[in-house]
Amino acid sequence: MSVPRYWREIKYRYRLIGELCTECGAIIFPRRSLCPHCGCRELEECKLSETGTVLSWTVIQHPPKGYEKYAPYVVALIKLDDGARILSQVVDVEPEEMRVGLRVEATFRRVREDGSSGIIEYGYKFRPIIEEP
Amino acid sequence: MRPVYIAGVALTPIGEHWELSLRDLACEAALKALEKAEVERIDALYVANMGAAPLQSQLHLGALMADALGLYGLPAMRVEAAQASGGVAVHEAYLAVASGLYDSVLVIGVEKMSDALPHEVRSALAMAEDQEYTAYTGVTDVGLCALLHRLYMERYEAKPEEVAALAAISHEHAVGCPHAQYPFRVSVEKILSSPMEADPIHMLECSGIGDGAAALVLTADRGDVEIAASTVAVDHFFLTERSDPLILEAVGTASKRAYETAGISPRDIDLVELHDSTTIMGILSLEDLGFVEKGFGARYVSEGNVRRDGELPVNTFGGLKARGNPVGATGVYQVAEIALQLLGEAGRCQVEDAEVGLAENLGGVASTASITILRRH
Repeated sequence: MSVPRYWREIKYRYRLIGELCTECGAIIFPRRSLCPHCGCRELEECKLSETGTVLSWTVIQHPPKGYEKYAPYVVALIKLDDGARILSQVVDVEPEEMRVGLRVEATFRRVREDGSSGIIEYGYKFRPIIEEP
Repeated sequence: MRPVYIAGVALTPIGEHWELSLRDLACEAALKALEKAEVERIDALYVANMGAAPLQSQLHLGALMADALGLYGLPAMRVEAAQASGGVAVHEAYLAVASGLYDSVLVIGVEKMSDALPHEVRSALAMAEDQEYTAYTGVTDVGLCALLHRLYMERYEAKPEEVAALAAISHEHAVGCPHAQYPFRVSVEKILSSPMEADPIHMLECSGIGDGAAALVLTADRGDVEIAASTVAVDHFFLTERSDPLILEAVGTASKRAYETAGISPRDIDLVELHDSTTIMGILSLEDLGFVEKGFGARYVSEGNVRRDGELPVNTFGGLKARGNPVGATGVYQVAEIALQLLGEAGRCQVEDAEVGLAENLGGVASTASITILRRH
C-alpha cells in the first residue's frame, strides 16, 4: 500500500473513529459521504466503542499476500457496545478458545510489513477481555 | 424493448491449461460460438473478466480480444463486477440487443488463474472487497463466507452435513460433464474430513482455481432459447452494514425483478445454476431466490430435492464446486449451461423436459447479484 493511501486512514484506523448520523442516529464505520441507512449527509465524527461481543468468527488458514507469516489467524464479526459492527482480527487467543458471544476489546497492533512501499502498517485488532478482580 | 435470443454457445473445459493463454482460451470459445451462431456480423463485443489486471498485468481486453478474433471497427469492452463479471456482461449485452441498438453481439467470459501462485490468486479474489477496511483485516473471500456459515448453523441449527450435501450433489452432477474440472463423486464424509480452509468451511466445500472461457452470441433473430429476463442488483458493500447478513438482499431484489419481467414465479423454474463459491453461498441463494424458506435451505438440499431428478435440479453440470469457477467467466458458463439444457444438448447431464432455467452469479459476498432466466420456445 502506498504511503499516502496508508496515511489517509491513520486517524480512523489508529483511534477507531467513525461517524454518527445526525438524522437516524446510526453509527457508521468506515467513514463515508452519506448515511447508508437514511441517506442523510449531515454526519458527525465520533469515537467508536472499544469493547464488543463476537457475533461470528473464522480462522484463516490460507491467507492473501502479505499476511502469510501471521497464519493461522482469527477474523471475527464483532458487535461493538455502541451498536456498530466491525470486522477485525482477534489476537491473543487460540482458535480453540473462540466462541460466539466472546467479549473483546480493541488493541493497537502491527498489521503488515515489507509491502511494496516498505512501510510497516498498523491498525486495530481485538483481543479477549480479561476482567479485573 | 424487443426479445433477445441465444444463437450460439461454446465453452472450453475448465482446468489448469498450462499450454493456453488468456487470449487462446477466449478465442477457442468465441470462434466455436460464432461458428454455431451463423450470424452475418457481430455489432459489439463484451469481455467478462475479473483477474487479468492482477494476474496477467493485462487490461484493455475489449480491443485485445476483438483483434485476436479479427473483429475490427466494432465497440468492444471489458465488463468487471468481480466474480459476477460474467452475469453482468450478459446483462449489458442483453440490454444492447433488447434496446434495438445492436442486432448481434458476442459475450466472452474468460479467466486464467493458474498462471499465478495461490496466495496471489487469493489477493486477487480479495479485490472484490474494500481494501481499506475489509481486505486489510487479512480476511479472504472464503473467510467472509465462513462468518455467514457459522451464523447460519448457530441461528438455524443446521448441521455441517446438511450444508456440505450441496457440494456432494454438485460433484455427483459433474460426472460425465466434458467441461467440468472435477467430474467425480465426493462423499459428504470426505468433504467434512478435508482440512479447514476457514473454519467452519472445509476445503472441499470451496470452489477451486481454474482456467476457462465461455462464449455466447446474443441476437434479435428469433431462436430456440430466449432470454426471458436479465437483472442485476447491488447490496451494501460492507457485510457489517447489512441489517441481517444472512439475507442476500441483492439476490432477493434481482430475482424478484427477473420473475416479474419473465412473468413467472419461482415455482415455474425447471433448473438452476447457483453461485456456490462455497456451500453456504449456494444454500443462502436458494432461500433468497425464493425456492425455500429462510433457514430451511440446508435441509432442503440434504433431502435430495436439488438432485437432477429431484424437485428442483440445481448445478446440473456440477456448479462452481465441481464444474469449476474461473471467476470472471463463471457467469457466462452458467448461462451457456442453461441454454444447453433447454436445447437438449446437455449429454449425460441432461434434465428432462426443461423449459425455463435460472442462472445466479454473485460478486463479492453477494454485493452484486446477476440473474438470468432463459426460456425455450
